[in-house]
Amino acid sequence: MDDARPARRREALELLETLEREAPFPGAVRVGVTGAPGAGKSTLLDALVRVLRERGESVGVVAVDPSSRRSGGALLGDRIRLRSRGADPGVFFRSMAARDRLGGLADATRASVLVLACVFDRVFVETVGVGQSETDVAGLSDTLVYVAQPGAGDTLQFMKAGLLELPDVFAVNKADQGAPAQRTAGELESGLGLGGAEDAGWTRPVLCISATTGSGIDALLDRLEAHREHLLARDALPARRRAGAEAFVLEGLSRRYGSFGLEALGGAEALRERLPADLDRAAFSVLRALGAEVEEALRKS
Amino acid sequence: MSRPERARPWVFRTYSGHSSARASNELYRSNLAKGQTGLSVAFDLPTQTGYDADHPLARGEVGKVGVPVGSIEDMQALFEEIPLDRMNTSMTINATAAWLLALYVAAGERQGVAPAQLQGTTQNDIIKEYLSRGTYVFPPEPSLRLISDMVAFTVDAIPKWNPVNVCSYHLQEAGATPAQEIAYSMATAVAVLDAVRARDDVPDEAIPRVFGRISFFLNAGIRFLEEVCKCRAMAEIWDELARERYGVQDEKLRRFRYGVQVNSLGLTEAQPENNVIRIVLEALGVTLSKKARCRALQLPAWNEALGLPRPWDQQWSLRIQQILAYETDLLEYGDIFDGSTVIESRTAELLEEAQAELHKVLELGGAVAAVENAYMKRKLVESHTARVKAIESGELQVIGVNCYSESEPSPLLEGSQSVLKVDDAAERAQIERLEAFRKRRNAADAEAALRGLSDAVKSGANVMPASIRCAETGVTTGEWADALRDVFGEYRAPTGVADRASAELGESAGRVRERVRAVSEHLGRPLKILVGKPGLDGHSNGAEQIAVKARDVGMEVVYEGIRLTPQEIAQSARDEGVHVIGLSILSGSHGVLVIDTLEQLRAQGLGDVPVVVGGIIPDEDADLLRRAGVRRVYTPKDYDLVRIMGEVVDVVAESAAAA
Repeated sequence: MDDARPARRREALELLETLEREAPFPGAVRVGVTGAPGAGKSTLLDALVRVLRERGESVGVVAVDPSSRRSGGALLGDRIRLRSRGADPGVFFRSMAARDRLGGLADATRASVLVLACVFDRVFVETVGVGQSETDVAGLSDTLVYVAQPGAGDTLQFMKAGLLELPDVFAVNKADQGAPAQRTAGELESGLGLGGAEDAGWTRPVLCISATTGSGIDALLDRLEAHREHLLARDALPARRRAGAEAFVLEGLSRRYGSFGLEALGGAEALRERLPADLDRAAFSVLRALGAEVEEALRKS
Repeated sequence: MSRPERARPWVFRTYSGHSSARASNELYRSNLAKGQTGLSVAFDLPTQTGYDADHPLARGEVGKVGVPVGSIEDMQALFEEIPLDRMNTSMTINATAAWLLALYVAAGERQGVAPAQLQGTTQNDIIKEYLSRGTYVFPPEPSLRLISDMVAFTVDAIPKWNPVNVCSYHLQEAGATPAQEIAYSMATAVAVLDAVRARDDVPDEAIPRVFGRISFFLNAGIRFLEEVCKCRAMAEIWDELARERYGVQDEKLRRFRYGVQVNSLGLTEAQPENNVIRIVLEALGVTLSKKARCRALQLPAWNEALGLPRPWDQQWSLRIQQILAYETDLLEYGDIFDGSTVIESRTAELLEEAQAELHKVLELGGAVAAVENAYMKRKLVESHTARVKAIESGELQVIGVNCYSESEPSPLLEGSQSVLKVDDAAERAQIERLEAFRKRRNAADAEAALRGLSDAVKSGANVMPASIRCAETGVTTGEWADALRDVFGEYRAPTGVADRASAELGESAGRVRERVRAVSEHLGRPLKILVGKPGLDGHSNGAEQIAVKARDVGMEVVYEGIRLTPQEIAQSARDEGVHVIGLSILSGSHGVLVIDTLEQLRAQGLGDVPVVVGGIIPDEDADLLRRAGVRRVYTPKDYDLVRIMGEVVDVVAESAAAA
């Protein structure tokens, strides 16, 4: 899926386009997990996977590391292996580093989620919450969880940067540390109350959990379930997935061709009008077709 | 001519144990007959990490780096015909220290020896396990509680026991400078003492006695004059902590008491006979200064970098101690450095530097916090990286390794018998003994004792009485540890590698990076390597250095920490789609674990993914591994990481060309 050689890329694209078209709806549960470095995202995933496996659900995980180095090298290192079950075919874990290549990480992430969603009951996408990667992950997930750590100023920073508008569920980790976690949860609750687009009928919950001791994990899974039911009951999931696909296509075009790409297609507004209603079932093929149009325009100009 | 009065020598020990309790008992008795005056028990990794011999993670590790002790019967066999009321026993045991002490108490009782008569030491320093040695099991907070339970219990019940031997030893192996060694070990001691002081069941007036029972375990490196200064500085800083932080008045209780194992990691595989000279010089560093002389000394064997020493190798090291203590005039004088301005000024420098660093760690919230936020780990890795670089560049000279490497063939290495081989049947035999024992014991008693343990752990009661009850009723090591795992959970320490700064790349590394780029282009995506540590061996420094170097030359590196089964490694390799796998095993279990990993890879359809292995691997084993399909084998004499990286790229390129 992340092989950059042209022949392999073509094969992969064909497969992805088929998958998008044929995948059943709503299919696997897609959950995004984001938060600052050190918030305990990996440990939380480990705890979640453990509980889900006990319930008999199979789980695929894509972990995205947006950091990029001059050497091109990357250490997917502090990611300590999910300890959930020794060798368990019911769990799949793939880590990906940002690379300087066509399409960037967003393509590879979306591709991985699509593939894993065909095989596993539930798919998690994890990333460090910094800018674009978080938006990408939000577009790929039905439910986005933000993992906060107690006493950290970063939650405030995220709030200022507007990044806390995206998550649907907040989990304050390290609740075993006691008071600091309660305080952070309180700050988050009041912060969320002040602004942010409240989705009708969904009050974004703030939970205190401990990934290490496992406390609050069941409650978190309950909230994830509740959010999914909320989306399905209001028939809001298709719109959410479509919005994610739209962002993917627009981002993809501007990443590949810069502002010229969108202009060549008549600007973002006109383009949005043109995009099909079932875009989330055709994002890769639409992106490919639009790309061809832009290239055609490029040749003419 | 009358001989001048001589000081009493330190306790002579040899760190030993292997295969089975019975085989180790024989070794101990023969060592004692040769004049050893104390015992130092090496436990195998399953015992150290709380697994029974038949647990999947124990495979290949039973009886390898030490003796397996799975129950009271093993403990009894280990000390058969060794009267525990007259023995001074040091146990290198940490996460499961409370359990091994409980077994020792129970074994003593079966010999008719009361707990109050027992003398010895449990290492029991969990901080350095997180930082370096890797045999932790539980998270830091509950681990610290177990330690403080032991301190609170022994101070009255086993008053001659040293419940905690704070280790600067492993910090040095992990790369610590002398000042870091002093600062971080003192920070650990402070964490333990503060935890004990905070307990309701330890009255304030007991604190000086508690303080007096805390001992240290030091490393002695080849810069032996600086080591003299380090020991003197530690004695001073300890005395200051006693007076100022803990209000200890009694001079006797303020004494800095420490045991030593001289540096084993610095022993070389190349020209190993030179190690004898290194060992002697390092022993001088901790014995020359009377004021800061060790209480107990254990010397490694000359061939430790090659494999497990034989009884003769250990005897040679014991003789070094005896010659030093009995033949030389060392013990006839007072402190020969008193009045030396050189020693005093270096000591003062170290003291100042160490105090500043200790202050910093305490400011950050103490040793436990500095583990959790990886501050200490990061500092150690920085120092270690600098050291490795200095050896690579030749700035730090290691005779026979990066200079003067031309050598006559060594007659000591002739034949395949230059190290001890643990019989692979030892594991099977231990499992059979364990199974028979489980059938023989009174299951209801053992279950009741385990419930009692679980209750004590949950309620916050001291775990020692309940653990002793478990020992007496025939609970096994794995059962004891599982009961605690159920309540405390298991800890995975931060590896400290992810945010490690990359080193400046030299010219040769730059060339390797170019090759990585070229091969990646050919592969269609960046060269991805999995660095794996199968088995229970927790010495992660080597694997971490490899991981960081691989990243620096442009590879994508998946490093998932320690304690993985071959199946887990194979599954990761498949999930992550790696091009090459590097395995690191220092426990000597490479035979079983590497072969198992290769089999698992084949089972996953990954038989064509090349595997390279690093570890303490004798030549004949290396041949075996290569025949089994391992592409390259690296041993401690391969210190040039850039060259290793270059070869890894070669291996990937060869495989890609063959595919």
